[in-house]
Amino acid sequence: MDTQVNGNTKVDIKGLAEKWKGKRGNLIMILHEIQNHYGYVPREVSLQLSEVLDVPLARIYEVITFYNFFKLEPPGKHTISVCMGTACYLKGGAKLLDEIKNMFAVEEGQTTKDGLFHLQVVRCLGCCGLAPVMMIDGKIFGKVKPDELMNILSPYVKGEV
Amino acid sequence: MTMGYKKIVLLKDTGSTGRTKEFYNLFLEQCRLENLQDDVQIVRVADIGMYDKGIVVRIIPGDITYAGVTEAHIQKIIQQTLKNNKPVKELLFTRASKQMRVVLKSCGEIDPENIKDYIACDGYQALKTMLAKSSSEDVINELKTSGLRGRGGGGFPTWMKWKFARQIEADQKYIICNADEGDPGAYMDRSVLEGDPHSVVEGMIIAGYAVGATKGFVYVRAEYELAIERVEKTIEQAREYGLLGEHILGSDFSFDLEIRLGAGAFVCGEETALIASIEGKRGYPSPRPPYPSVKGLWGKPTVINNVETLATVPVILRKGGAWFASIGSENAKGTKVFALTGKVKNSGLIEVPMGITLREIVFDIGGGMLNGKKIKAVQTGGPSGGVIPEHLLDTPVDYENLQKLGSIMGSGGMIVMDEDDCMVDIAKFYLKFCVDESCGKCAPCRIGGFQMLGYLNKISEGKAGEDDIELLERICNASKKASLCGLGQTSPNPVLSTLKYFREEYLEHIRDRKCRARKCVDLLTYHIGQEKCKRCSICMRNCPVNAISGDKQQGFLIDVNKCVKCGKCFDVCKFDAIIRE
Repeated sequence: MDTQVNGNTKVDIKGLAEKWKGKRGNLIMILHEIQNHYGYVPREVSLQLSEVLDVPLARIYEVITFYNFFKLEPPGKHTISVCMGTACYLKGGAKLLDEIKNMFAVEEGQTTKDGLFHLQVVRCLGCCGLAPVMMIDGKIFGKVKPDELMNILSPYVKGEV
Repeated sequence: MTMGYKKIVLLKDTGSTGRTKEFYNLFLEQCRLENLQDDVQIVRVADIGMYDKGIVVRIIPGDITYAGVTEAHIQKIIQQTLKNNKPVKELLFTRASKQMRVVLKSCGEIDPENIKDYIACDGYQALKTMLAKSSSEDVINELKTSGLRGRGGGGFPTWMKWKFARQIEADQKYIICNADEGDPGAYMDRSVLEGDPHSVVEGMIIAGYAVGATKGFVYVRAEYELAIERVEKTIEQAREYGLLGEHILGSDFSFDLEIRLGAGAFVCGEETALIASIEGKRGYPSPRPPYPSVKGLWGKPTVINNVETLATVPVILRKGGAWFASIGSENAKGTKVFALTGKVKNSGLIEVPMGITLREIVFDIGGGMLNGKKIKAVQTGGPSGGVIPEHLLDTPVDYENLQKLGSIMGSGGMIVMDEDDCMVDIAKFYLKFCVDESCGKCAPCRIGGFQMLGYLNKISEGKAGEDDIELLERICNASKKASLCGLGQTSPNPVLSTLKYFREEYLEHIRDRKCRARKCVDLLTYHIGQEKCKRCSICMRNCPVNAISGDKQQGFLIDVNKCVKCGKCFDVCKFDAIIRE
């Protein structure tokens, strides 16, 4: 197997397994570490994990596909998370989402063709006081109006961020 | 509390401009110029319990809070408050007084990453006294006196949970802290974990002692990065101080903690599903009984408590169960933290004694409605709760009262709605959430939810008949009775409660094809009020589907057949000439 998956250095599966060895129920924690590293859980890594842990691949996939947090596809360069918690929904979160969908011709859960943005909907970012909220790569933007989106996103499009 | 520093300045930009760091540097610089750097510590905090008040500065000790601070005020604050202990009157922010802070007391006032700060505020005192003087039975009795009930939603008496687990003989028992806060619009647990994580850890150690468990897990949402980081640090520090691990504080009692991350599944807030998730499996719930206190994690007796419940425990032991029981109402003791959001002026985290009325919360603490609109309802309990209409706002808040009204206390989300919110739309929103989050294990929830959503969609599209309401209600009741876990049993609540209090609105959608809040897009029509129209043509230029035609002489018209009801024209018209109805 290559030393690289999608341009990232490979995660040391054996080391990981060793670290969590003997701790029951470790699969989810190991998957978290893998996803932290790659941004998603690549199939070849799951295969390898299945061998090292001696767990059927189906069982690993069963867990990955159950939880929203785990991804099977590589993420975009930037992730746009639009909050659809109740407060954000009431204050116009859906409008933001529609606007972004239109701007980049992308649906939620998808990555733009150029791989620049991954658009996702999140339940609650825990800052309802700032509703509607969106987050780009961990940076929170509060009280966003649809006509402000262009200004917010253009530095990312231009590659300034 | 000041650890060598005479004063601590907490800083946070509560607006959306993100200028916390800028002000931090300004303060730092000015303090250095005044030679105060050894006396004053400046801390940037992630949450200060206030929102939308510009730059907020809190100075401790003394708990002086300034809101709306600008660059020009910095010198004044330094000269008057930091040097001479005098408040700057024009900047002072006074908190609404109907609140009572027990769980949130230290949030924003201590450095959550420093165990010394927590200890200086009597932290771990309860644990120390307990290990020296009390038996596990004493602890449970004290909790019984306090009347503390689970703050995560169910409201089960905490002492009973502990007692059940204590009674069972087992070689291993577990304590789990449920920090998988998934309700949209609720962030109480996050704030406690970020603001005062030691209180939760102390609560868990006490729980361990009371039930005879030696191992605990904190199950946190993976999305709460700062909270995870803080809990990790807290565990490390507690180990260093001999508060976790073998022979805690020299006693015979041993207890240790580990963190387990959630991975984005709402159903994992349900205790049996949460256990499955910690075991490394899909978060499927299982039938109860057996309850986790009898047979839980890996088949062993397990106590699962919510963050807020656990954070309350040390305070109860320190101040006594009777003290706690003196707060609140007849049926519900103590205080509860709510995340007050929605169309209210001051949204944010509040902590109030039980038994306070919703009206007091919305108007006295929340400062009333945004933009002077009329209040329509308050939603409590997230997707498992229901709406409470305006005429019932004087109901005192406790577990039973809310349940009687068709809602639940839940974990503490409280969302205020005004006349612009459509109740069918709200029901749809919450139900859609539950349909997305249904784990799919049992049919009533998996299929029932989907069917209910289908009827709601029909209603909001104006395609439903009056019989559909009856069918909708029948499915709701079936899902309530037959679902395996709390998710499916409570997911019809938003539908049933809106039907109960706002049936008229449903009927309007069906009979008149009208949505009075103008939220249900399919029932709206747009046209141009010619008397207001100034013929600027901005609507025509902005229409994405060219549904608007005309010219400056003739005026403009919207072709209803082409119109996709996006509302763009309504938004761009400067003369309110677009009529939406």
